[in-house]
Amino acid sequence: MKKKLVMVGNGMAGVASIEHLLKLAPQKYDITIFGSEPHPNYNRIMLSSVLAGDTEMKDIVLNDWNWYKENNITLHAGHTVNQIDTKNKTVSTDTGMTESYDELILATGSLPFMLPLPGADKEGVIAFRDIHDCETMIETAKQYRKAVVIGGGLLGLEAARGLLNLNMDVSVVHIYKHLMERQLDQTAAIMLQRELESQGMKFLLEKNSDSITGKQRVTGLKFDDGTWAEADLIVMAVGIRPNIGLAKEAGMEVNRGIVVNDFLETSFPNVYAIGECAEHRGIAYGLVAPLYEQGAVLAKRLAGTETDGYHGSVTSTKLKVSGVNVFSAGQFADDVNSRSIRVQDDFNGIYKKVVIKNGRVIGSVLFGDTSDSSSIFSMIRNGDDVTGKEKEILLADDASGKGKSDVELVAAMSDDEIVCGCNGVSKSDIVAAINDKGCTSVGEIKACTKASGGCGSCKNLVEGLLTHTLGEDGVTTVKEGICECTSLGRDEVVAAIRDMKLTTSKEVMHVLEWENKEGCSKCRPALNYYLGMVWPEEHEDERESRFVNERNHANIQKDGRYSVVPRMYGGVTTPEDLMKIAEVAVKYKAELVKVTGGQRLDLFGIEKEDLPKVWAELGMESGYAYGKALRTVKTCVGSTWCRFGTQDSIQMGVDLEKKFQRMNTPAKVKMAVSGCPRNCAEATIKDYGVVAIDGGWEIYVGGNGGTDVRAADTLVRVKTSEEVIEWSGAYMQYYRENANYNERTSKWIERVGIDAIKEALAEPEERKALFDRLDKALSLLEDPWKEVVEHEELRKSFEKLAVNEQLAN
Amino acid sequence: MEQIIIGNYKDIEEKRARIVQVNGVEISVFKLSSGEIRAIENRCPHKGGKLSEGIVSGHHVFCPLHDWKIDMNDGVVQAPDEGCIATYQVTVAENGDLQLDPNPVLSDTSCEAS
Ligand code: SRM
Ligand SMILES: Cc1cc2nc3c(=O)[nH]c(=O)nc-3n(C[C@H](O)[C@H](O)[C@H](O)COP(=O)(O)OP(=O)(O)OC[C@H]3O[C@@H](n4cnc5c(N)ncnc54)[C@H](O)[C@@H]3O)c2cc1C
Ligand code: SF4
Ligand code: FES
Repeated sequence: MKKKLVMVGNGMAGVASIEHLLKLAPQKYDITIFGSEPHPNYNRIMLSSVLAGDTEMKDIVLNDWNWYKENNITLHAGHTVNQIDTKNKTVSTDTGMTESYDELILATGSLPFMLPLPGADKEGVIAFRDIHDCETMIETAKQYRKAVVIGGGLLGLEAARGLLNLNMDVSVVHIYKHLMERQLDQTAAIMLQRELESQGMKFLLEKNSDSITGKQRVTGLKFDDGTWAEADLIVMAVGIRPNIGLAKEAGMEVNRGIVVNDFLETSFPNVYAIGECAEHRGIAYGLVAPLYEQGAVLAKRLAGTETDGYHGSVTSTKLKVSGVNVFSAGQFADDVNSRSIRVQDDFNGIYKKVVIKNGRVIGSVLFGDTSDSSSIFSMIRNGDDVTGKEKEILLADDASGKGKSDVELVAAMSDDEIVCGCNGVSKSDIVAAINDKGCTSVGEIKACTKASGGCGSCKNLVEGLLTHTLGEDGVTTVKEGICECTSLGRDEVVAAIRDMKLTTSKEVMHVLEWENKEGCSKCRPALNYYLGMVWPEEHEDERESRFVNERNHANIQKDGRYSVVPRMYGGVTTPEDLMKIAEVAVKYKAELVKVTGGQRLDLFGIEKEDLPKVWAELGMESGYAYGKALRTVKTCVGSTWCRFGTQDSIQMGVDLEKKFQRMNTPAKVKMAVSGCPRNCAEATIKDYGVVAIDGGWEIYVGGNGGTDVRAADTLVRVKTSEEVIEWSGAYMQYYRENANYNERTSKWIERVGIDAIKEALAEPEERKALFDRLDKALSLLEDPWKEVVEHEELRKSFEKLAVNEQLAN
Repeated sequence: MEQIIIGNYKDIEEKRARIVQVNGVEISVFKLSSGEIRAIENRCPHKGGKLSEGIVSGHHVFCPLHDWKIDMNDGVVQAPDEGCIATYQVTVAENGDLQLDPNPVLSDTSCEAS
């Protein structure tokens, strides 16, 4: 008969150990788990990113309800164990359940430490530990504005950052003069404070909390120096205490945590403790990496596999706040016997410190640039002797002094060592994914094991493991292709399309041996673009490979309805067109009519089925607000009206838009024309910008006003509007032929350099040849709205299938 | 088995879908490159994206909103994302009529039809 294994605590440490056990001895135990929280096991670390809005609650579940079912584990979620009877080997719960065990694991984690301040029981005073706390903060932020976080450590700062993202006004109270004093020295702490202040966080340092004010709900926090801070919400993040109440009552040996030996055994036979509740060699850890290591040892113990036990962990910490890179490990404070190497650059916000004692690295603090963290951490862990090479750790630029490469680092790791701390993935898990499941890229490893899918800081190590496992030759095959279906890059694919005269995606995927026969959502639109660019006449546009917006010629909204933007050349309209737009908006119940940032009108909330009718009734051309194509050409008033204007910018803009409308491009293209250097049309942040000067035009390229703002580079200065068009066409075609799919001109120019582009366009014959090729492509295009309106078979796909109520049999 | 006619085989283009509304549920009916028909609930388990507008590859469809990949054979979301949706049985009659069984097939007990 199977033995009965009972676990108290359904958290990260316990469940990780059970997962491990199931791999080693799937049939050995009948497993029952009790957990106080009404959730399956989730990734507590990621609560910070849920709070910050980067991740969703359901995406942090590590083992869903199904996992328990599939592994025949009985889970009692929402039941708290309140008694252990070690004599009769049973546990019982607050809900009246009793369960007997052969082996018992305690994995009860920690309790947040709540300062015993008068008023701490008021509404609005919480900790930051579980899903419930996280939900409370999100709800509170909808109604209230002022938040005070007590505690300037890791947890407090992550909570504060999250609350900032929830639009709260956040002050962090800290008892000491410096933030994160347990992980950072003064220098790093000051840099951190500066950075967080610039993100909008406020600090109340060296403040001792005295009491919490308010009637039922908190209104503020009083300090012992008589000052007071307003607060609608107080989050206490002042520390954690191992959750040992249950063990203590049962008479187990406890200290700060439940005392365990190297095999995670407590003072009672058949009872083990792991995770934050356990104390091993005097240390109760508060981070996940040690818990996974402990879990692996306990799993072996329970499976009856040989293990030489757990010998403690060296830990490192990182702050999970976007825009801030902080790393800390080991003993980072100086003492009489240690020496340290430091690099400090206040202007770039970089600080690095490595502490060395008896020739060995014993601790480090890195701020701003943490790229050396994995190599330094490995030196600390391995106790490498660095005598005579101390300075090279941080200072050497030559390869020899760069410390160890990621490949060497991972080679030195033990199999159980955790590579991905967020998801508890060990070196051996990743190696197994490479060897047994054939993973050959970081992406595949992420899909198989979740490694690098959390904060992403272990990506280098995962790459190192790939190289280490597959060998140098394997590395070439690891090269990332345009998507996961192929290892070929853009240039190779386009060359094959040209050289072998491939004219359909199907051919490309077949000839180039796509791993996934029909491609994916990444390569299919890309191939369709490349084919159309190389073979404008021969290639027939593949609607089924277009992204929804380009297939339905409108922008899909989050509710599945669409927005419609007709062209308004150069931002100029007429009363007649405005009336037409108004009529259609009323008739088809557009929920919102908005002037866009591109100088035209947008009708929102149109049903898919109505799109062809809307287009027909508007009788205007598509504005391509959805396409990888020419979007708008913004213009300013120019010389026809403006007292400063030197050229007719409106006409120039209208001409450009009429010339290049419908042009397919690797990524969207925006243009603008300003009538004088005051540049009211913002031409210098456009893909192609034109600014009038006295007697001519200045042409700018590669500007972007989106995610990464980039001021355009000057391409050339010309005299006439014909030249503006000519340069524009040549430049656009050169971009069409050379950029990666989905690469805006700004990124492309950063990659290849403006000089390369100037050179390519220098000769008039070259420009003409480019222009002619573009002209050919443009001549084959028709307005897509008109096409749909005129062709019944195209319209059909906008309609729903009709249900024939009569039953088939 | 209950069956209703929801149009004809030739109404749907290859690697494309058409939508049909049955008993208040929106269903997306796909024609795969193999010519086979698949029908699934037209609501991505992530944030309700209309799967009918997704890119079809083999028996998978990529949601147009955030690119989740869903297996149309069993409605299961592919790793690293998780979830599932209801699928429906469609048979093609000799005259091309598409006959749909409006009762969802749930391959996975944790997956509920709306
Ligand atoms: C409608 C409009 C906002 C508005 O109400 O003003 C808009 C709406 C959208 N923009 Fe935009 N952008 C609009 C002007 C802009 C501008 C300003 C401009 O064009 O002068 C910019 C910055 C300039 C630039 O691109 O250099 C802009 C930068 C972006 C970006 C970031 C691009 C980048 O390279 O960083 C995206 C995301 C993307 O393309 O991946 C984006 C994506 C989007 C999408 C298409 C998001 C999507 O994929 O669904 C939005 C569609 C909303 C909807 O539901 O219809 N939108 N977007 C504007 C339409 C202009 C037009 O008439 O065509
Ligand atoms: C917001 C936040 C961010 C963090 N970030 C990081 C980070 O970046 N890196 C890092 O390494 N660590 C981080 N941590 C710490 C990490 O989450 C913990 O170290 C880890 O979760 C501990 O695992 P555990 O299993 O010991 O405890 P837990 O995950 O807390 O699990 C214990 C579970 O047992 C349950 N339980 C307790 N008593 C009973 C009982 N009597 N009966 C039934 N159930 C019971 C509890 O409700 C809890 O669900 C973070 C923690 C928080 C809160
Ligand atoms: S900035 Fe653009 S992409 Fe972002 S919400 Fe506004 S319209 Fe949408
Ligand atoms: S709604 Fe489908 S992926 Fe987000």
